[in-house]
Amino acid sequence: MQELTFKVQRYTPGQDKEPYLQEFTIPFTEGMTVLDGLIYIKEKVDNTLSFRSSCRMGICGSCGVLVNNFPMLACHTPVEELKTDRIEVKSLPNFPIIRDLVASLDLLFEKHKSIKPYIISSDIREAEEPTAEYVQSREELESYVQFAYCVKCGLCMAACPTVATDALFLGPQPLGQVYRYCTDRRDMGAKERFHEADSPHGVWLCHLAGACSEACPKGVDPALAIQLLKRAMVFDSMRLAKKRQPVTLAHLPVESKPKIEVPEFTVK
Amino acid sequence: METEVASSEKPHLPNRLGVKGWVWAGRYTLERYLYTLHRLTGLGLLLYVALHLGANGFRLGGEESWTSAIDFLTNPFGRVVEYLVMAAFAFHALNGGRLILQHLGYTLGKPKPPIYPYVDSMRRRRPLTWVMLAVIVALAIYILVEFVT
Repeated sequence: MQELTFKVQRYTPGQDKEPYLQEFTIPFTEGMTVLDGLIYIKEKVDNTLSFRSSCRMGICGSCGVLVNNFPMLACHTPVEELKTDRIEVKSLPNFPIIRDLVASLDLLFEKHKSIKPYIISSDIREAEEPTAEYVQSREELESYVQFAYCVKCGLCMAACPTVATDALFLGPQPLGQVYRYCTDRRDMGAKERFHEADSPHGVWLCHLAGACSEACPKGVDPALAIQLLKRAMVFDSMRLAKKRQPVTLAHLPVESKPKIEVPEFTVK
Repeated sequence: METEVASSEKPHLPNRLGVKGWVWAGRYTLERYLYTLHRLTGLGLLLYVALHLGANGFRLGGEESWTSAIDFLTNPFGRVVEYLVMAAFAFHALNGGRLILQHLGYTLGKPKPPIYPYVDSMRRRRPLTWVMLAVIVALAIYILVEFVT
């Protein structure tokens, strides 16, 4: 491979009625990613190209795009893995297009917020001013830690066929996080989240296509989380769920180091 | 500054895939295709039930009406449709069984800390899906033999 042909989606609001593909031919360098290609185009060919990126190492989840009709993180996708020198890059489907490759993820974040993605503690005082550490076994940690790796890139939502037809469907990311928090023994908010997930546009609309887990770049497996959530909700409604013991605190006899005093400001 | 505000107020272009998004499985793998096929066979069976009830309605028109309806339906094309309905039923029933189990989290295994290269639960348990598909194919062949002989 000497050269790559990038077909990149372009769309300027107020100027274009529909998105269109623009072709760029750029040199191939060993180890380059799709994001490297986009950056090359922006820096050396057309500086009006818009895309979103930040960490360049698959952690921030900013650069989700549709590469050759599959949702991927541009920074996490080596060009060689695509096994073609023609690369089509579009913005993530199921999200409105702001400009070129920049999709609006507002709806994802709103849905994510709606499921209360934080530990809801029964002891607010302990949560605010902890006096000890929570005790958690390895099994307890492994029951949810896989789902805690979510970077909120939105690839699962772009892959989900139910999100494609129902804009109000909560979607794989928020539903996966419902299970992640409800399984955590420190959390006491399962009832509130089950109520949110048990809506007409909630968990029961997932018909298990598995596309979300296939697209997830972090191995989070939202499809598994959603099915386990369904089981937990069914068991809960039938009063078959095991009664969860409240999390225990370990008051470790640790002497903390004296605090280092904050130095004086050099500029006043 | 005014230009920026005006630009930010422009509505974003909707980009939801709609029905095409659930019908077209594209580069996804087996389970995504089974999802589409399950829905299509479901719709097909629903259509068959409606037609079946409609055809039975010819009985109300007396023996002559019923016989002419049956004569119309027992042509070679009708037999092919009948076979497809049986094959669709076999697929829908067995795949539905798999889905009921998996919708309740069974046969998917336990969550595992993600270690690269990631393999999701459905792909880990894909051999079970292949077994189910083999049974469906065997049933479809059996039904075909029954139809032909």
